Amino acid sequence: MERTNQQREAVVSIRNLYKAFGSNEVLRGVDLDLFHGENLVVLGRSGTGKSVLIKIIAGLLKPDSGTVNVLGREVPGLNAKELNALRLELGFSFQNSALYDSMSVKENLLFPLLHHRRHLPKSAVDRSVETVLDAVGLLQAKNQMPAELSGGQKKRIGIARTLILQPKIMLYDEPTAGLDPITSSEINELINEVQERYHTSSIIITHDLTCAKDTGDRVAMLLDGVFAKEGTFDDVFRSEDERIQSFYNYNFTG
Amino acid sequence: MEGDRKRRFFISKRVDGFFIIFSNVTSFIGRFFKEMFRRPLEWNEFIHQCYEIGYRSLLLITMTAFITGVVFTKQSRPSLSEFGAQSWLPSLVAIAVIKSLAPLVTALICAGKVGSGIGAELGSMRVTEQIDAMEVSATNPFKYLVNTRIGAATLMLPMLMLYAAFVSMMGSYLDISLNEQTSFTTFLQNAFSKITFLDYASSIIRSLVFGFTIGTVGCYQGFNTSGGTQGVGRAANSAVVVSMFFIFIEEMLILQIINSFR
Repeated sequence: MERTNQQREAVVSIRNLYKAFGSNEVLRGVDLDLFHGENLVVLGRSGTGKSVLIKIIAGLLKPDSGTVNVLGREVPGLNAKELNALRLELGFSFQNSALYDSMSVKENLLFPLLHHRRHLPKSAVDRSVETVLDAVGLLQAKNQMPAELSGGQKKRIGIARTLILQPKIMLYDEPTAGLDPITSSEINELINEVQERYHTSSIIITHDLTCAKDTGDRVAMLLDGVFAKEGTFDDVFRSEDERIQSFYNYNFTG
Repeated sequence: MEGDRKRRFFISKRVDGFFIIFSNVTSFIGRFFKEMFRRPLEWNEFIHQCYEIGYRSLLLITMTAFITGVVFTKQSRPSLSEFGAQSWLPSLVAIAVIKSLAPLVTALICAGKVGSGIGAELGSMRVTEQIDAMEVSATNPFKYLVNTRIGAATLMLPMLMLYAAFVSMMGSYLDISLNEQTSFTTFLQNAFSKITFLDYASSIIRSLVFGFTIGTVGCYQGFNTSGGTQGVGRAANSAVVVSMFFIFIEEMLILQIINSFR
């Protein structure tokens, strides 16, 4: 029997979160839970603070107020050492992949591994690299430079780089942005495969409804700095809220 | 509205801005020293940066230093000839090169080549979120990117300066040997007869400071880049301009201090 959200363990719990940049109030009292093993999609228009939200979760930005609890730790209160320990359990896939230009694909994957698993023998290191490359279906790209990869391949390598440390939580920032529909659908499949294979809990930031429908166990709609609606994809878009309806219509009818 | 604008600045926009930058740079330098002895020491990246900053600047330094030596010798000869003091030419060149030209020319070349390179590289890493990617993978980007580059620039500049001085002297010897038929031994004896230990020490100390300045300014500008590709261009440009400005100020100040020991 499927457990309800109340019974499931929240791995990320956000309460009353506020964040402003100057006079621009981006997040205005956000409440959010990510439950163990689920894919939660955060939908919203560009500039509504979706990326800000996951950057706060990863400790890249500080909130103005509110609580951000990740894996039982209060992120804004952590010192550098504690924050780094937490970050080892988080995987962050950036919108533009953020691969290190000067390093090959293999070196990109080795970078976090050699910094955090120094004791690993070379054979284990090589095996880890091959396992994650295989998981994203790009074993053949091992010795290529990021400049030689397509947008979709870069996204895959970006995801592989986060998987190499076997995180518990994955944060995807616009995983399908700038990709053609076929490559987008492959990335959506990959997100689902990652959830199954690595048993991760994920927050997927997107404004792509196909991505939301394909990957989200639950969808949360961010409008005007607060979550206007939460639930399954169908629940959210059955809402009579005009803003949600116009978002849906614009995405599917242009 | 007017009241709000007035309240936002403590003194005035420019004065406040100056103190904010001064405070940011001070804490940036403080963080460099704080991180210096923390593990991991990032030796591989440090060695890589020494190679990038040192070895990859050799061609430019060689050409510039050699031409400087030849041209300085050629330009000085007529003036010395007027007083029948041509035999002083090696000494004059050595004094000029070792005491002033080598440290300054090397620093200015590196400000242009190394400073802009560091500013542009770190700037583009910042705007493409590569620095954020390092941070979320629990790696300290400051230690990995900034400490290694500042350290390498500080170490490499004195070495490049000594190399530039050597190449300049060789350029000068080439010109002298073609015009005055002076032997290499005589040239060396004359050249170094007027150079003291303090002269070498002064040049090395200045080069250390110049290297630190170039590394720090380049890293500061790059690490704090904002505003997309335009910001990267600005970071590279300011890295050069600000470094050069500080190099001249430091040259003047350090010379004053060292001269007080003579």
